[in-house]
Amino acid sequence: MDCRLVPSVCSYCGTGCGVLFSVIDGTLVGTYPIKTHPVNEGSLCIKGWNLHEHITSPKRLRNPMIRRNGQLQPVSWDEAIQEAASRLRTVVEEHGPDSVGVLTSAKITNEENYLAQKLARTVIGTNNVDHCARL
Amino acid sequence: MTNSLADMDRSECLFVIGSNTTETHPMIAKRILRAVERGAALIVADPRHIQLARFATVAVRHRPGTDVALLCGLMHLIVRNNWHDQDYIRQRTEGFSSFERVLQNYPPERVAQITGVAVEDLVRMAEIYATRSPAAIYYAMGITQHTTGVDNVKACANLAMLCGNVGIPGGGVNPLRGQNNVQGACDMGGLPNVLPGYQPVGDEQVRSRFEEVWGTRPPGQMGKTIPEMIQGMQEGRIRALYVIGENPRGSEPHLRHLDSALEKLDLLIVQDIFATPTAQKADVVFAASAVAEKDGTFTNTERRCLRVRKAVDPPGEALEDWRILCRLADALGAPQNFEKPEDIFEEIRRVTPSYAGMTYARLGIDGLQWPCRTEDDPGTPILHVGSFARGRGIFHPVAHKEPAECPDDAYPFILSTGRMFAHYHTGTMTRASTHLDREQHTAYVEIHPKDAQTLSIEDGDQVRVSTRRGAVALEARVTNRVRPGMLFMPFHFQEAAANILTNPAADPVAKIPEYKACAAAIEKIMGGETAQERSV
Repeated sequence: MDCRLVPSVCSYCGTGCGVLFSVIDGTLVGTYPIKTHPVNEGSLCIKGWNLHEHITSPKRLRNPMIRRNGQLQPVSWDEAIQEAASRLRTVVEEHGPDSVGVLTSAKITNEENYLAQKLARTVIGTNNVDHCARL
Repeated sequence: MTNSLADMDRSECLFVIGSNTTETHPMIAKRILRAVERGAALIVADPRHIQLARFATVAVRHRPGTDVALLCGLMHLIVRNNWHDQDYIRQRTEGFSSFERVLQNYPPERVAQITGVAVEDLVRMAEIYATRSPAAIYYAMGITQHTTGVDNVKACANLAMLCGNVGIPGGGVNPLRGQNNVQGACDMGGLPNVLPGYQPVGDEQVRSRFEEVWGTRPPGQMGKTIPEMIQGMQEGRIRALYVIGENPRGSEPHLRHLDSALEKLDLLIVQDIFATPTAQKADVVFAASAVAEKDGTFTNTERRCLRVRKAVDPPGEALEDWRILCRLADALGAPQNFEKPEDIFEEIRRVTPSYAGMTYARLGIDGLQWPCRTEDDPGTPILHVGSFARGRGIFHPVAHKEPAECPDDAYPFILSTGRMFAHYHTGTMTRASTHLDREQHTAYVEIHPKDAQTLSIEDGDQVRVSTRRGAVALEARVTNRVRPGMLFMPFHFQEAAANILTNPAADPVAKIPEYKACAAAIEKIMGGETAQERSV
């Protein structure tokens, strides 16, 4: 049996509690506080202790999807990315880069936020970048 | 936060305003209670009788939307009693004399009338905050989610400067960030007016520096905030929207207005880990990754950049968000050439001076607090030590204004929205968690016993709450937690979405909607209606 603990950070609020994800044979089975972490000092709240549950939920999306005949249908990544890219290109060609808005996220990583705003600013060409901090 | 969480152990006074800390930031509340146990004074100001109030030296319930008046009233008393730090004001600040004149408009009798807080309580609060040094202010969305949000924050900053509490251990003005990486999303330039590191898009030199690294010059014209984008969608000026890791169809105010705007789009792309209400409206859905499924960093409320590590693969064909973004950029003809998140972080360091000294190796387990400018910089636990980032701290005169929508005959209550301890934001994550959903499974509205009696509403009754924007049906909780004339609803429940009701009127500068105060009506639902009919 392979049993691992992976240090990370809770994603349920802005406190930034240090957690250990417990993984047994490739399956995420639990979340524990890091005893010596400067933020949470070995404690977690009810949300933190249950952090793994939403990640392993059977409701998770497993495939990219495209709306066809009014219904979202699973497709390959190549199809989904091409569909998004070609339709984005059409909008930019017809209405200009400032007709596109990008909502980046207070839930994803810094690296991903950085990429999202870079994509908006350099690839699409707009400063229409915002996220849910206001909400 | 100007200061650090560990700093709470050094505060002699903690002033918590507009934060239900035990429910929304339990691990921070634990530190507050530890400070109280050590003997620090605790002041709590919140329109609801929150749990923290039970442990307070003085706790007041002011009328929603009267924070500026309350804070100016405290400052009036502090100046009147000469409790302010005159050396600090002289050496480190500017604008005091014109600010002091405005304070004269806030004598305690008038403030008591506006806020509903007794004069004796105002005096006690002012004396404790001003004389128990160092004193720290903690606030959350109860301060910012108002049409006067920026004024509320300025009033907090004024109070802290008045008593010499900025730039010292145990003091500070400390907003508690609600979402895990709000701080990081702002730091990384996820805003329409600034590039990474809060460097203004309008600054030519800044744009040249980014052009050197990016190979493309970023545009110089300020972009649109979310409310402006929604307006743009209504007017046909925004034609495509790419939404990452967010569910505006739960978090936006006045949801019906949002839905009509979304329908006008040519293209809606949603990148999420669940089929959220927003994803269900999308033309293209990207299946994304959760926190345990990728490497990277989050930056917490005290500016501490922390490493997130991959423990398992995303389910099925789902991909890490950074990979999706790279693939999309590639398909749009701009390949990014990042093989792993650390490569992206290295580029972030090059363009973001406050992160320049951080490396994945240095972040380790404990992380580093920005600004961290060089690889031997230990990071910055406290901001504005010795002098303010801009030199001198400015006193901004602010004046009380009523909320955009006040109670009237048709809508006689003030409705506030917020969180509860087992849930997070629009509930897309926590309600998919078996234990958390079992803990708090039902939407509800809090109403004061006096009001409930007048309207013949009993605890557990089905009621309809309505505003000028819509109505929802849900269960009543009759409780002293709210003031008479006030209603409170959590916004985690799609089946009784609080944001059908909320007012999109926003702060003119921050564009944060007024979730904490709108006019509402409530009535008991008589038998016979189906749930569908009840949610008009």
